[in-house]
Amino acid sequence: MKEKTTKKKGSILSPFKAVNFLFKKPRTLRYPFEPKEPAMRYRGFHLNDWAKCTGCGNCADICPNEAIEMVQIPELESKPAEGIKNERPKLDYGRCCFCGLCVDICPPASLRLSRDYFHIHFDTNTFTFIPKDENSDKELFLGSGDYSILKASLSHRKENYEGFSSDLDYALFEPERVPMPQVGPEERKLSFIEQVIGYNKEEANAEASRCLECKLCEQACPAHLKISDYIKAIYEEKPDESLKKIFEDNPIPSICGRICMKHCETACSLSIRGEALAIRWLKRFVADSIKDYKTALELRAAEPTGRKVAVIGAGPSGLSLAYFLTLKGHKVVVFDSLPGGGGTMRTGPPIYRLPLEAIDKDVNYIASLGVEFRFNTTVGKDVLFEDILKEYDAVHLGIGTTQSRSTKVKNIDKACLALPFLQANKIGSPPSVGKEIIVIGGGNVAMDVAREALRLQHIQYPGQDVITKTVSLEDWDQLPATHDEIEEAKAESVQFNPGWGPEEVKVENDKIKGLVCKKVKSVFDEQGRFSPTFYEEKQILLNGDMIIEAIGQAPDFSFLPKELLEKLRFTPARKVEVDANGMTSIPGMFAGGDIVNVNLDAVTAIADAKLAAAGIDRMLSTR
Amino acid sequence: METLNLNLNSKAETSARELEMYFGPQHLGMVGNFSITLKVEGDRILKAVANPGYLHRGFEKLMEYRTWIQNFPLVCRINVVEPDHIEMIYAMAVEKLAQLEVPQRAHFVRSIYLELARVQSHLFGLWAYANMLGFDTVAQWAMYHRDLVLDLFEELTGGRVYHIYIWPGGVRRDFPAGFKDKIVNTLHSIGGCVPDYDSTFFKNRLFYERAKGIGKLTQQQAKQWGATGQALRATGMAYDIRKVEPYAAYDKVDWDVPVRRDGDAYSRVWVIRDEMIESVHMIFKLLDAMPEGPVYNRVPNPFKWKIPKGEAYVRCESSRGELGLYLVSNGGDKPYRVHFRTPSYPHGLIILEELLKNASIADVGNIMISLYVVAPEIDR
Repeated sequence: MKEKTTKKKGSILSPFKAVNFLFKKPRTLRYPFEPKEPAMRYRGFHLNDWAKCTGCGNCADICPNEAIEMVQIPELESKPAEGIKNERPKLDYGRCCFCGLCVDICPPASLRLSRDYFHIHFDTNTFTFIPKDENSDKELFLGSGDYSILKASLSHRKENYEGFSSDLDYALFEPERVPMPQVGPEERKLSFIEQVIGYNKEEANAEASRCLECKLCEQACPAHLKISDYIKAIYEEKPDESLKKIFEDNPIPSICGRICMKHCETACSLSIRGEALAIRWLKRFVADSIKDYKTALELRAAEPTGRKVAVIGAGPSGLSLAYFLTLKGHKVVVFDSLPGGGGTMRTGPPIYRLPLEAIDKDVNYIASLGVEFRFNTTVGKDVLFEDILKEYDAVHLGIGTTQSRSTKVKNIDKACLALPFLQANKIGSPPSVGKEIIVIGGGNVAMDVAREALRLQHIQYPGQDVITKTVSLEDWDQLPATHDEIEEAKAESVQFNPGWGPEEVKVENDKIKGLVCKKVKSVFDEQGRFSPTFYEEKQILLNGDMIIEAIGQAPDFSFLPKELLEKLRFTPARKVEVDANGMTSIPGMFAGGDIVNVNLDAVTAIADAKLAAAGIDRMLSTR
Repeated sequence: METLNLNLNSKAETSARELEMYFGPQHLGMVGNFSITLKVEGDRILKAVANPGYLHRGFEKLMEYRTWIQNFPLVCRINVVEPDHIEMIYAMAVEKLAQLEVPQRAHFVRSIYLELARVQSHLFGLWAYANMLGFDTVAQWAMYHRDLVLDLFEELTGGRVYHIYIWPGGVRRDFPAGFKDKIVNTLHSIGGCVPDYDSTFFKNRLFYERAKGIGKLTQQQAKQWGATGQALRATGMAYDIRKVEPYAAYDKVDWDVPVRRDGDAYSRVWVIRDEMIESVHMIFKLLDAMPEGPVYNRVPNPFKWKIPKGEAYVRCESSRGELGLYLVSNGGDKPYRVHFRTPSYPHGLIILEELLKNASIADVGNIMISLYVVAPEIDR
């Protein structure tokens, strides 16, 4: 700074250079005649696509100013199974600070901010409003022809004017789940080793931390488990608390943690743009990490009421019912023809998915509460149903579907049925299999059969070329098996022949040579009923030396006396009809599980049992 | 008036020539919600008492009731003139406590963004200062040029004033397409006007006469009273947190700390001018050196985010001086205690009172604005 003083002080005349600016065009805009477009990311008023919004309420939870309130929209339909509530966010622009946290937390990306920011009104009530967008409300959002900046307000908005919107890379939730460690397909297909290894503590904690606590899953779960609470307890590293929460609604977490059909995960808001929270695996983590349920749960049965309840079938519904009623103080006796508890769980799901130890853990705990199990006891043979009906105050049927259906095509008597095959393999002696097995069916049971058959082939013919193929009426896009099952079966090199219907079993010298199939035209008729049609001339022969049918199961009511069976009412879908108390058309006889519901899974059976338990308890305590 | 006596040490025999008067909160020369009670004799100020409290919003307490992520849109509101550095220290403190990593590119984006904020804030300060001295033309120019920077902010963050952009883990969005060029073009168009600013303001004899020797602070006093920022650098001390304790990407490029020696209003305003120019140069260098890659490492689920027990003090160089944040977590989902160290606090309450002694009434605004006192920072 070695300037001369005069220079440093500056000239008194130099400012007059600014006079030049008098002759320049003004820089300011004459708004609104010269409008200024807001930036592409502008954070203005909200937009909400009602078709995408699930009503999860995460926006209301994160809002730092409590500017968002979830309001019920009666016109909208709630779809709990799909994870959709009929609530939509309502904004209070007296509170909103336009920070956009609601946008960054929105799982379906339905909530966005627009680029308009004008609202002038005498009525302060207009400053609270329920945002929509041009898809949800055409009248509010105007094209450039009808829109005028002079009329701009919350009821006069420009269409296609989206500003700050969601970006998955910057979302406040984690879209990817913690990968579940699994045994690879090449290794697991050689034995019955349990495929899913299970989370360790760190993995479970990380996975649990993803839960947004919006509770859409709890609506979707048939048994309405307090999922959000038990996940939170896992995150807080309190497995005991978590198990207590689970046991409020589900006494078989070790089973459900492995084979649940996870309706909750379908509804999970994270699944919309990412992967659903691994709710099932987290439940399994809790069940597995607690060695002794009894000390963790500290549950005790109530004072004995002196009432006796008979439960027929020790499957998920029977076990749950026994648990709920025992806690209420009723004496429960469970009859089952199998040597252990679990029902279909014991015979059906392959060992690589549901080992017997996992089943026994749950059953033993329920037994320890005071439930009496009479295994190896077939009702109708070892003990008569009429006697049970006389001896007990209430009877619950949870008999499940124990009869395999057959295609009844020519020579099918040479083939095996799915359930006996699975049962023999799980709790009997494994059957001998052929080198080229055809499994008829495209559902989850067919997948189980095919994957078990493949394992038996590898065990019985080590190192040799073996083939297991499935054939199903349904094409790829209609296969009833879950996506995971299909992918895992494919990875284990199970072959698929979707879109073919069996015509006859080809037999030479009393041995199976293969299955003649015809091309399927359509599986369902126009009303959506099952009624397959075929191209009779398009036929192929699938080679094979063993055929297993896995096309569905039916219940076996043969133990019921004729006059009772006649009185038992069924729904049009051939299900046992029960009332709001879970009671059938025969007084004192309750039912649940696969003979009642159409979901045919364990968690729905638990839901049935909860209903029936409440019904029985009400009946026994008022009588 | 009775109330006045609360603020002034009333002597039993107040001279008849002495007068107590309010400078602000409603006063043409006052910028912001602030007031100074002056005890004057003629045109000479005998004693000045700064009165903060007009803008107290209780942020530090409020933050104890909001989760870690909910505080992020809140902190910027502490200072309307320059919200960005407050976002920065909050993110820094949370990152320090929760041990979060920030991607390399995010450091550069943060530095560029903070330097844009400094330019914007200085232009706003220049508007206030020039306006107060009566240089209305320059004030209008500064406001216009600030608006050009706000356009950049709007493009990057979606907001013009409260950007809500730097959050724990990085920044909220990456640069939009073509944003680098926009920054360069905008800064060139502002930089092209530096000769105009110089001839009409900085090298204007009237400004020299008006500001030279006013509000003079020695380096000794500056250190003693806790001055930072241009108030300290105008006394010849090259103290800048960006150099002393580099954060973001400030250690990745070369840049200088502008310094003046005289410690008066004139020097302070010149430091502001030089700093703006240095910031612009720094932005160009940062833009060249900026790596590709992600700009955000995801923070934990906001509904479950708990930060381990601990405390952190972080500081950064805001456009007015050292801005600090002391943040304590007791292991919960909300801060246990928050305390901000804002530069306007010592500048506006301690140094201002000292410098106003023996100044003339006409220079009150001159001294206050050259110290860059921003009232919302004091009150919080």
